[in-house]
Amino acid sequence: MNWISNYVRPRINSIFSRREVPENLWTKCDDCGTMLFHRELTENLNVCTNCQHHMPITPRARFEGLFDGGIFVEVDVPEPLADPLQFRDQKKYVDRIKDARRNTAEKEAMLVVEGEIGRTPVVAAGQDFSFMAGSMGMYVGNAIIAAAERAVELRRPLILFSAAGGARMQEGILSLMQMPRTTVAVEMLKEANLPYIVVLTHPTTGGVTASYAMLGDVQIAEPGALICFAGPRVIEQTIREKLPEGFQRAEYLLDHGMLDRVTPRGEMRDELITIVRMLMKLDPAVSGDLPSPADDVAEAAEDAPDDANV
Amino acid sequence: MTNYLEFEKPLAEIEGKAEELRAMARANEEMDVEKEAAALDKKAADMLASLYGDLTPWRKCQVARHPQRPHCRDYINALFTEYTPLAGDRNFADDHAVMGGLGRLGDRPVVVIGHEKGNDTKSRIERNFGMARPEGYRKAIRLMDLADRFGLPVITLVDTPGAYPGKGAEERGQSEAIASSTAKCLQLGVPLVSVIIGEGGSGGAVAFATANKVAMLEHSIYSVISPEGCASILWKDAEKMREAAEALRLTAQDLFELGVCDQIIREPLGGAHRAAEDTIASVGTALQTMLADMDGMDANALRADRRSKYLELGSRGLAA
Repeated sequence: MNWISNYVRPRINSIFSRREVPENLWTKCDDCGTMLFHRELTENLNVCTNCQHHMPITPRARFEGLFDGGIFVEVDVPEPLADPLQFRDQKKYVDRIKDARRNTAEKEAMLVVEGEIGRTPVVAAGQDFSFMAGSMGMYVGNAIIAAAERAVELRRPLILFSAAGGARMQEGILSLMQMPRTTVAVEMLKEANLPYIVVLTHPTTGGVTASYAMLGDVQIAEPGALICFAGPRVIEQTIREKLPEGFQRAEYLLDHGMLDRVTPRGEMRDELITIVRMLMKLDPAVSGDLPSPADDVAEAAEDAPDDANV
Repeated sequence: MTNYLEFEKPLAEIEGKAEELRAMARANEEMDVEKEAAALDKKAADMLASLYGDLTPWRKCQVARHPQRPHCRDYINALFTEYTPLAGDRNFADDHAVMGGLGRLGDRPVVVIGHEKGNDTKSRIERNFGMARPEGYRKAIRLMDLADRFGLPVITLVDTPGAYPGKGAEERGQSEAIASSTAKCLQLGVPLVSVIIGEGGSGGAVAFATANKVAMLEHSIYSVISPEGCASILWKDAEKMREAAEALRLTAQDLFELGVCDQIIREPLGGAHRAAEDTIASVGTALQTMLADMDGMDANALRADRRSKYLELGSRGLAA
């Protein structure tokens, strides 16, 4: 091993490999392995066109496909204390946050917005699994409280899309305290008689499931989503037996009475419009008259200003 | 028989020696060992004071989990007269990991609810080591409703490693049960006070401890995850629990500084298990005081108090 093979060759290789396979052109389906053309996949809201497997989608991309014309306005979220415990494991928490911000170009794991879906005004919150596994820390708690307060202020329903590995351990007890805090937010909506719709997406686990994600007036899940308190690995270690097929998946929960519906991502928008309009005692949406979401989701995503999020 | 923790081994040796000397003296009347034994006692007392004067977070976890630490049942038996256990969630089962019912604290009728870990193999299995299933949380919700309707304060005693991670528990909606119990805590129009008497394990603890006032015993812990669990996820090594316990800031002292805990109840030197009666009495006094402080608050004020307490949490960090 020498300088040439250690340094120069990898550099040369990386230059060539970059030229040969342009990034992000093809994505492999996590489930069936089909190679999917990036643009086609984005247009299909990250659902595999071959096997209908629902792949992760960022809140921003989801909202572009949800709101009329792909237009929504972000709701401000109060900034929490940064790193209140000065937490450090093998890496400093502040560095983990920095990396997550760089990798996602998002500020934190929850995006709160307002806008119209099918001419129905709503507030929506989306949890971002790509940001530190969507984990619930003080920011996520503040975001849900801000979302509820905004919904109450505007007298609109709140639609929340959950996706998280659970509480953010690096914020210790303060992450745990987001369970009661977000429950206060849900209480605000209930007192104001406003619909709170939860859409559980893959995966929603731990303290998130055991607080705001299970307290919706209507509970909808995306197909195949893992939804649980304790994950399958922990349970297998505890009871030392194999778990049944499909255990803790959306369809299994539906069978056990824990959900109202399991709805594919492509039908979610229409379904949300229908449910919300009935609960808000609005007239039915006139089909054919609804503005569609962004005409070209892929382009809209590319046009989004990068600096708006950071 | 005292059950010694690992870090108490040197102490065990000295106390053992003193005990041996005294046993010898009892067998042989001519021997006078009192002087030596007293010296050993003094040495043991000094060591106990120094060990417990500065417990590391991991040692606190061990003390909080001490098998001889007084448990929920001990507190209920000692502090409440006319205790009348009430059972069942009216849906599926009665969860023995959660005990609760009506009782009087002093003159005041209250509803008391708590996790019970058990104190020998048989009772530990029966109590599922204090790990509740959905039925346990639903029983608690039912008892809180009862208290709310009849205007009785609610006292919760928290001592759980966490909610039970099992197949049935998941199928019957563990998450929903915990979430609804937390919501019920927030909805109550009666005072709700909580004491963490041992382990406050994650969501399983939050479901009971979303209270107007949360007190913690001096060597109790309250955490989002066990140090072992945290170590295996973040350090990829469950043996790093000492580091994890340190980083998680799970001691009563840290939680007091963060505003999560409102009051620390002192334990006798050497931990609650060395003088259970004194510990239980201190908890009784703390409960009386916390409830008396809320006398005269109406339902709306109590709800608003709980709500603002949790909304404001997190505005204080720890000093560097």
